[in-house]
Amino acid sequence: MDKQKLHELRVFATEIRLETLKVIASRGFGHVGGSMSMADAMAVLYGEVMHIDPKNPHWEDRDWFVLSKGHGGPVMYATLGLKGYYPMESAYTLNQPNTDFPSHTDRSKTIGVDLTTGSLGQGMSEAIGAALGSRVQNRPSRVYVAVGDGECDEGQIWEGAQFAAHYKLDNLVCLVDNNGRQLDGAVADVMSHGKGIGAKFDAFGWNVIDVADGNDVEQILGALEQAKACKGKPTCLILNTVKGKGATFAEPSGAHSSQPTKEQWDEAIAASEAALAAVKNEK
Amino acid sequence: MSFTLIGKHEKDSRANRDGYVEAMLEMMAENPKLVHIDCDLMGCINTGKLLKAFPAQTFNAGIAEQNAMGVASGMAATGLTVFAHSFGCFAARRMFDQAFLAAGYSELPVHVIGSDPGVCAAFNGATHMPFEDCALYMNIPNAVVIDSCDFAQTKALTRKLAACGSPSYMRLIRKGFTTVYADGSDFEIGKGVTLRDGKDVTIIASGILVDEALKAEEMLAAKGISARVIDMHTWKPLDEELVLRAAAETGCIVTAENHQVGTGLGSAITNLTSAKNPVPVERIGIQNRFGQVGPQDFLMQQYNLTAEDIVAAALRAIARRQG
Repeated sequence: MDKQKLHELRVFATEIRLETLKVIASRGFGHVGGSMSMADAMAVLYGEVMHIDPKNPHWEDRDWFVLSKGHGGPVMYATLGLKGYYPMESAYTLNQPNTDFPSHTDRSKTIGVDLTTGSLGQGMSEAIGAALGSRVQNRPSRVYVAVGDGECDEGQIWEGAQFAAHYKLDNLVCLVDNNGRQLDGAVADVMSHGKGIGAKFDAFGWNVIDVADGNDVEQILGALEQAKACKGKPTCLILNTVKGKGATFAEPSGAHSSQPTKEQWDEAIAASEAALAAVKNEK
Repeated sequence: MSFTLIGKHEKDSRANRDGYVEAMLEMMAENPKLVHIDCDLMGCINTGKLLKAFPAQTFNAGIAEQNAMGVASGMAATGLTVFAHSFGCFAARRMFDQAFLAAGYSELPVHVIGSDPGVCAAFNGATHMPFEDCALYMNIPNAVVIDSCDFAQTKALTRKLAACGSPSYMRLIRKGFTTVYADGSDFEIGKGVTLRDGKDVTIIASGILVDEALKAEEMLAAKGISARVIDMHTWKPLDEELVLRAAAETGCIVTAENHQVGTGLGSAITNLTSAKNPVPVERIGIQNRFGQVGPQDFLMQQYNLTAEDIVAAALRAIARRQG
């Protein structure tokens, strides 16, 4: 694999982490945990895998991304801002009155957001509709949908899983942010998943790839390339991630949402800036 | 809008659902971007015909209504015109969060068909008998809500919905119905139809109650009472101008619907008249009750949805106006 490209993706992921923190810090509180765990996958998707044009966000043949775990909005706003869909600073209005950057991703508000999410489970079906709709119209679009491991409690995820497999939607990839935590605690304690989320998708007829370190851009990229080669069924990536990854105040607890003090924000952003400088210096 | 009233209270030989299916067959032939999604009820609404003729445009989502609605919204986001069907009970209660957010709030024009509304659910009974389906959809700020009465109207309004940029819900009886209009009649979304003119009272009805309203008009005429009859097929957006003109010109109103009166057509009309011109309004419809099983004519008597009930309501409304 191209070492230079991987280095660029690590830098991009670290930039996304820093900007995610700055977006949430602009309001002072928010869904830090489930945003930070997704940063590496976002870097690989938007930095390498997806066919997109930030200057033409409604390009018909584009690839789609749906953040079904819509509370991760800030990581998407950071990613799209860094890609040039809008000036990064505009996202520092998160959850302010009349903002275009609400907690949960909203197609009517934010440039580059393909579908509206927030009621967990719905984004999965919407993404499936986008994949099927693209196929009906003979478009080359591939659709990527990110769901949370907690979100997999929702029955709609599994209604969608059976539909996508039944219709052989090989232009669909579901990325499970398997960070092990949901709002009320560990997924294993709140609502466990039997033989595992991957085993469930496998039983539903999907191609399942377990990504041992879901915060490693090389592993994510390799899995997404495998997904592209898989024909006749949708692919599910189990991204074994760390909730709050890279946020000094959130990573130790794996909290769902955080309202750190000013000092904690300053510390976290300084640490994130240092991490970015370190990654940039890597050979 | 050009329509021909038949109104002879005769059962049609066709199934009302075929008004929807015919319109879709005609439109799909012209428009490869028109799709239909069903929830394992193709056999009930006869959309197997669509699947046979246009297999690339017709999809069965199985018994999974929530996903079906989300998929419909995602397909609409890619530029397709999407209709989705289930029984009215499931098309409303079971997929409402998805209809509200994935279609309504997302500004995606998915058109939901809810079949066998209210007492039309007959032998499927209480669990399948939605008296609240329109109420749910009327709470979606940008939704169009329609209660269709017969084959010609179902066919015409299906075509209009396909060209409508708003999400919508249309409820329709599946099978046996009473012919109100001649084939080829045309209707506009949001425009009520004045079927009989009159000066003493106005009866505003929709769906299966339109024919009862026409019967009631004849019974009232025999008593020397002149009743205006309006088919208010679109509940939202409500034809306010037509309602207010009726209020001003006849001085009292009877509403008639196959739905809870407190959250449906009657409530929409009293909301309007109480604010703009508080004439007496008597409301025929479901009075805060659940459904039950039985033949449709029995249920119409059980819930006081007959022409006789409308006549009695008209006499009460006139007495209140004169009182």
